[in-house]
Amino acid sequence: MFQNIGEMVLLAWRTLLALPLTWRQRQKVFDQFFEIGNASLLMVCVLSFFIGGVLALQTGPVLVESGLASTVGGLVGISMAKELAPVMMAILIAGRVGSAMTAEIGSMQVYQEIDALRTMNINPIHYLVLPRMVAIALALPMLVLFAILVGWLGGALVSFANERIYIPIAVFFANLRSVVELDDVANGVFKSFCFALIVGVVSCHQGLVTIGGPRGIGRSVTKAVVNSIVLIVIFDYILTNVLMVFNS
Amino acid sequence: MSAGANHQGGVAVEVRGLRKSFGRHEVLKGIDFLVEPGEVFVIMGPSGSGKSVLLKHIVGLERPDEGEILISGEPIHAPEVMARYRMALVFQSGALLNSLTVGENVGLYLSEHRLKPPAEISRIVSEKLEVVGLKGTERKMPNELSGGMKKRVAIARALVIEPHLILYDEPTSELDPLSAVVIGEEILKLKERIHVTSLVVSHDRDLAFGVADRIAVIDDGRILAVGTPDEVRQRPEPIIRKFLTADFNPNHKTRL
Repeated sequence: MFQNIGEMVLLAWRTLLALPLTWRQRQKVFDQFFEIGNASLLMVCVLSFFIGGVLALQTGPVLVESGLASTVGGLVGISMAKELAPVMMAILIAGRVGSAMTAEIGSMQVYQEIDALRTMNINPIHYLVLPRMVAIALALPMLVLFAILVGWLGGALVSFANERIYIPIAVFFANLRSVVELDDVANGVFKSFCFALIVGVVSCHQGLVTIGGPRGIGRSVTKAVVNSIVLIVIFDYILTNVLMVFNS
Repeated sequence: MSAGANHQGGVAVEVRGLRKSFGRHEVLKGIDFLVEPGEVFVIMGPSGSGKSVLLKHIVGLERPDEGEILISGEPIHAPEVMARYRMALVFQSGALLNSLTVGENVGLYLSEHRLKPPAEISRIVSEKLEVVGLKGTERKMPNELSGGMKKRVAIARALVIEPHLILYDEPTSELDPLSAVVIGEEILKLKERIHVTSLVVSHDRDLAFGVADRIAVIDDGRILAVGTPDEVRQRPEPIIRKFLTADFNPNHKTRL
């Protein structure tokens, strides 16, 4: 485990050092960015809409019955912005994009394509890892921003449509605006940036250390997704604490 | 770097006391040999004898536990040596990047290192593909090619580097006899055209005796014999005789 952590830190550091080469690799960054968006946008919409909706559905009736109907918008707004959108979208991306990254790099490792790159003096970190890391670090915060908005919309529509809650959409958003500040959204977006780095590093690392044939690739993909999710949850706690200190 | 087909000749490769273990399994047990510039040197031996591991050391993909590899007298792991001498490895599988077209694979070295403008890269790619008899395949994907074609694309990709040393890992494995002959002829043509040093690892006796200036026979991580094809044929060691004369036995008595 400690060897893996060390290797991942080293990979992250080497990718960081390679950042000045991003412009040279812009086409690959764009391709990856497009692929991430293409693979996830619809899922992000569906997932975040229903997360916002179910959040309103679970809390709305209780709050309304307690005379706290005006807090539903704020609760959904802040939960989506600070916690649910960043964490759920990061998990979604780990499963949808991180797994694909591991599978592709792992397959290249197993079938000696990465060795071929090395013999051509092409650094696999520059060629494979850097574009993926930059693309995911740009794409996930954008997807999370989008997910927050769609989640709010989902919460608002459910709050309006459910007869036990029945809060007009304008009232829902007025309440949301009075509670949610730009800092809250920024917190969520910052968290998602950190999660993107975690998913990118874990997925690329697992791909690069893949051994064996198709079974080895499958094993690496599973490890990448599981490790990403565990690290997302752990870092969510750490980041929440750190951001609380900064925001206080 | 010149893009022309002809350039300076090959380099000398000297392997001294090379040892390598993976865990408790010692794969290379002290390998010594010298390859002269421009020579076609074939390392021949049965599967699992350490040939491919040896090749990976020479191209710098593995580091030895003991011993050293010298390219024209200089240690291979010195950064300036890797920068000064270009080497290309033609992998057993071809190791083409499956997400790229044939043309992109062949031109990858030039495009990634930004050595030529795109139009010039296209011209060089066409020229190298023509050399290996695959003109017009630039837009194909690797999965549209046969095994032999993949290996020839891999050779074209190696040629683009304008290498001083080309290493071939089992270039005729998984090929039909005709394709194997074509690959062997490509190796010889390259020697004549660009005087590159060629190091071929193979268990294909026909290829070895067909293309080699000299042959080293390796078994169980040790070099058993080095010499010209005729000299190797005359070697009396039973293990070499067995390897060189093994043939299909209807009585099923052949033992590895």
